[in-house]
Amino acid sequence: MNSAQKKRGGWSWWYLLFVLQFVAVLWPPFYNRAEPRWIGIPFFYWYQMLWVIVSAVTTAVIYLATDD
Amino acid sequence: MQDVNWIALTIFVLLFAMITWLGFAAAHWRKGDLDLLHEWGLGGRRFGTVITWFLVGGDVYTAYTFIAVPALAFGQGAVAFFAVPYTIVIYPFLFLVFPRLWNVCRKHGYVTSGDFVRGRFGNRWLALAIAITGIVATMPYIALQLVGIQVVVGALGISGHGFAADLPLIIAFLVLAAFTYSSGLRAPASIAIVKDILIYITAFTAIIVIPVELGGFGKIFAAVPAQKLLLPVPGPNTTGAYGSYATLALGSALALFLYPHSLTGILSASSGHAIRRNAAMLPGYSFMLGLLALFGFFAIAAGVSSLPEYAGGFKQFGNNFAVPALLLHSFPSWFVGIAFAAIGIGALVPAAIMSIAAANLYTRNIHREFINRNPSDRQESQMAKWVSLVVKFGALIFILFVPTQYAIQLQLLGGIWIIQTLPSVMLGVYTRWFNDWALLLGWAAGTFAGTTMAIAVNLKPAYPLALGGYTFPGYIAVYTVILNLLVTVVLTPVFNALSARHAPADQTAAADYFA
Repeated sequence: MNSAQKKRGGWSWWYLLFVLQFVAVLWPPFYNRAEPRWIGIPFFYWYQMLWVIVSAVTTAVIYLATDD
Repeated sequence: MQDVNWIALTIFVLLFAMITWLGFAAAHWRKGDLDLLHEWGLGGRRFGTVITWFLVGGDVYTAYTFIAVPALAFGQGAVAFFAVPYTIVIYPFLFLVFPRLWNVCRKHGYVTSGDFVRGRFGNRWLALAIAITGIVATMPYIALQLVGIQVVVGALGISGHGFAADLPLIIAFLVLAAFTYSSGLRAPASIAIVKDILIYITAFTAIIVIPVELGGFGKIFAAVPAQKLLLPVPGPNTTGAYGSYATLALGSALALFLYPHSLTGILSASSGHAIRRNAAMLPGYSFMLGLLALFGFFAIAAGVSSLPEYAGGFKQFGNNFAVPALLLHSFPSWFVGIAFAAIGIGALVPAAIMSIAAANLYTRNIHREFINRNPSDRQESQMAKWVSLVVKFGALIFILFVPTQYAIQLQLLGGIWIIQTLPSVMLGVYTRWFNDWALLLGWAAGTFAGTTMAIAVNLKPAYPLALGGYTFPGYIAVYTVILNLLVTVVLTPVFNALSARHAPADQTAAADYFA
């Protein structure tokens, strides 16, 4: 197996970035509250919506860093 | 029920006619020999990043989701938002596991998860268990798509009794069955593009227009009862609603890409790169789903459930009528026609893919394995086409004659069943360590325990697991897949030691999992 293959198929430290989104959204005590609100939307809702965007960006970063 | 809304109905019918034409025309799109199963059932594995985005998006975010998630927010509040963390945590799995699975499946011509498990572990009974689980979990899912069509047809003001009431649904299904038969996966792939454009137009217009009409988000959330606004804080000695919320999100995420229809969408991609790119792009749909969940709150704020013109709809469809009522209340008829068409067509795309996926499973892992071992390519694809018809008519009959509630409960059980294929399929992508019979017994233990637990709590998703004075309410699928894994891990060395035979050969080699 050459090194390029190893890079595509094997482990990369970049993958650890995925852990962030698991912790951020699977631990409700972080976000089960109404304040601070944003344009009238309780924290609970905008926080999770924000993480949709953050996780998409994270995934894109991991893609660019690990795929050649 | 309100009168027939002619303008909305006309637009609805026109859009439906358009996608019908598109469904049949799709047979000629990126033309392949539809007498080959992977051409009919996987679109020749030629869909690039963008088509895969539409196809998997149309597949995963179904019409039923668009009706049921806001309905849950409307009825029960914050808990419905679990759909957002759920659709956040699925993508790391898609990114890491499924490009490997795609590679090995293309290398060996596997069309289903059963094919992969058969090749990897060499046990046709294990592959049979995977195939049956997939088919059984998919059937009620198809039936639920019909609920989406029923609700919007009812909301257009079409009502009647007996056969006449069911006629629109029957027509929609005949159309669906015919174009799936003739065009295979190319039909839902092309229709998904139209459907998603309509859905995005609806969602983004509604998220801007309705809050303005209702006086801003502050007023909308002020109208939501306090106990629905957030998750209830757990009491002492329990993880309470937090535990159920997180495990529902995680368990649903683990189950999602094990469903045959998700896998069909993924395997039809043209490369592992296309799948990885989609892990970053598909959250676009998650964002829209979050917006749609908020529609449940808009419906509360607009007070649609107390308006007399929608009383009949709520009586017939319950909270599932919240979104249609909100759209009727907030928009001119022509826009309602577009929005309802988006939901109706949104039911056809996943229903088509699900029936194709179930047909592939039957053809490859049941018929070919146990009935006709050496079919010609043509016989094989012909068999799949017929099975796709049988599966769809089964779902149609189910929804016409069995109360909707049963379809919902079966779909819930389906999630618990499908996750039991995780050790063989998702972990099988990484390791051949497990013994095939241990996997089969783990699957059986998880399926049995999951079904028993679900029945014990009257077919609710969460089970209050009691351990040493603490209670952990959580999604049954998560608990039982852990049991499944434990059984598999404990029995693997036992079976390996007991069995004098050599482990069946692994058809796949380590290099097959890489590009």
